[in-house]
Amino acid sequence: MFDFYFELPLLLRLLLQGTVVILALFPLAAACSMAERKISAWIQGRPGPNRTKPPIAGFLAPLGLVASIPVLGTLLQKFGIFQLAADGGKFTFKEDPVPGHVNKFYFILAPIASMIPALSTVAFVPFGAYFNAADELVPVALAHVDVGLLAVFALGSLGVYSLILAGWASNSKYPFLGGVRASAQLISYELSMTLSVLPVFLWVNAPGGQGTLSLFDVVQSQSQPGFWGGTWYVMTMPVSAFIFLIALFAETNRQPFDMPESEADLVGGFHTEYGAFKWSLFFVAEYAHMIVGSGIFCLLFLGGWNPLPWVSLADTIHALAHILPCVATPLFMALIAIGIFLGKVGFFIFFFMWVRWTLPRFRYDQVMTLGWKKLLPLSIANLIVYALGIAWLQTR
Amino acid sequence: MSDLLFHLFALLVVACALGVVFNKNAVASALCFLLSLVGVAGLFVLLDAFLLAVLLVLVYAGAVVALFLFIIMLLDMQGGDRKRFTKSTILSSTVAAGLLVTGLVSFATHGLVETADPATVKIVGSSLRAYAEQLFTVYLLPVQIVGFLLLIAMLGVIVLSKKFEGLEDVK
Repeated sequence: MFDFYFELPLLLRLLLQGTVVILALFPLAAACSMAERKISAWIQGRPGPNRTKPPIAGFLAPLGLVASIPVLGTLLQKFGIFQLAADGGKFTFKEDPVPGHVNKFYFILAPIASMIPALSTVAFVPFGAYFNAADELVPVALAHVDVGLLAVFALGSLGVYSLILAGWASNSKYPFLGGVRASAQLISYELSMTLSVLPVFLWVNAPGGQGTLSLFDVVQSQSQPGFWGGTWYVMTMPVSAFIFLIALFAETNRQPFDMPESEADLVGGFHTEYGAFKWSLFFVAEYAHMIVGSGIFCLLFLGGWNPLPWVSLADTIHALAHILPCVATPLFMALIAIGIFLGKVGFFIFFFMWVRWTLPRFRYDQVMTLGWKKLLPLSIANLIVYALGIAWLQTR
Repeated sequence: MSDLLFHLFALLVVACALGVVFNKNAVASALCFLLSLVGVAGLFVLLDAFLLAVLLVLVYAGAVVALFLFIIMLLDMQGGDRKRFTKSTILSSTVAAGLLVTGLVSFATHGLVETADPATVKIVGSSLRAYAEQLFTVYLLPVQIVGFLLLIAMLGVIVLSKKFEGLEDVK
């Protein structure tokens, strides 16, 4: 069915795949901003954006026609979908002035630099799997490499430069403080984050294996038959998952760790001087980081695309194929896997927002104390305990 | 294809390295260093040393340069006025450059370095397992020594930069 696609040159295919993933990630990140507004509204007991409706006449006629469909139109209006479209239009067409006192080159470079790591980390994240003709599980990913997780960490760690640059190039006090805070905070929490995932890879790389850091293999090791084979790592390594989640909040600058922007004391932090499209690029990048980070968490600790603990994707597909034979085709199976994976990621996006509108923000010294004096020792202790435990278990 | 990429990355590395030296703005220098490191990582990828490339980006580009920028911004370093060259600096730098060029030329023309046949060299950097095995067996001592040197450097910085006036027990 897809033979014609595989006959295309490799470079063109990779280009097409990359474009498709970016075209999916970009609107998803934009939709997160609307989800944030609706969820914050529900948590605070207000309706949130629910009035915007495009007119039927004029150049917005296609949107207006959708809005005038009896039940669906009202529902979309209630969920604020048209507000999202209006926001997008506003950010695109608004005048985008560059303040006179900024360092122009770096001021314009910063939002661009924020998008590059945010959209390129996704290349190493597998988001589904399917059976090929030989009945082997094949990951759906742009790049299936041996160093998967390290590559994600490496590219993700470049995201800090956009914040530093934005803060510095703005050439005014509050953005500058935001940039300095960002550089210190992101480096501090990167340590705990990297240390917290090591137990997972110690367990996956049992002696005699080939040795891998690939995220696909981590999911594979959570979908083995038997009780211990099907357990998700969040159950066997809860402390690792906990540290990773906290560090993820800090790495994506989400409340209660949003020190670099911290409206209460820094006006808007690193993006105080930004407006219109450049400002929205920062936000899309932040949400893209959140999506990729949640995806990594799901792959490492929540079984990736396996629907439930002890129920692997392969079992589900085999069971479903008895009822609906078409499910076993690669396309359907990949779609189901991606759907399960995105469902988990969606829950974590909700969790991020839930926490943001529930907890108050830390002070900066509290953030540093938590990172260096509590989280880092805890992650080192966790690593040592698990290293000893795994060594004992695997030599028995 | 890979030849073209090699030339692109090599050009990036050299141009950015020159940028580090010749930029008057410290932040711009640090960013040039960052780009230069990314170029070196690209060269590693062309050599199939993926782990090394990723580690270079993760450790140096991701953390060390960010720390550089943090320090530059915290101390608010400006370029400032440069000291004018004195006769002794001109003389000594000419001699040093001459020695360097002579050394490089003699090494290139009369060097007695045995280069093994590329076909027989075992590739150890490409797979994670092979890399780790080499690191923990053949190169264990050098790695430990380098780590110890870094520790000494760090202790030295702490001792040199911190004022121990109020502390009796440290003396």
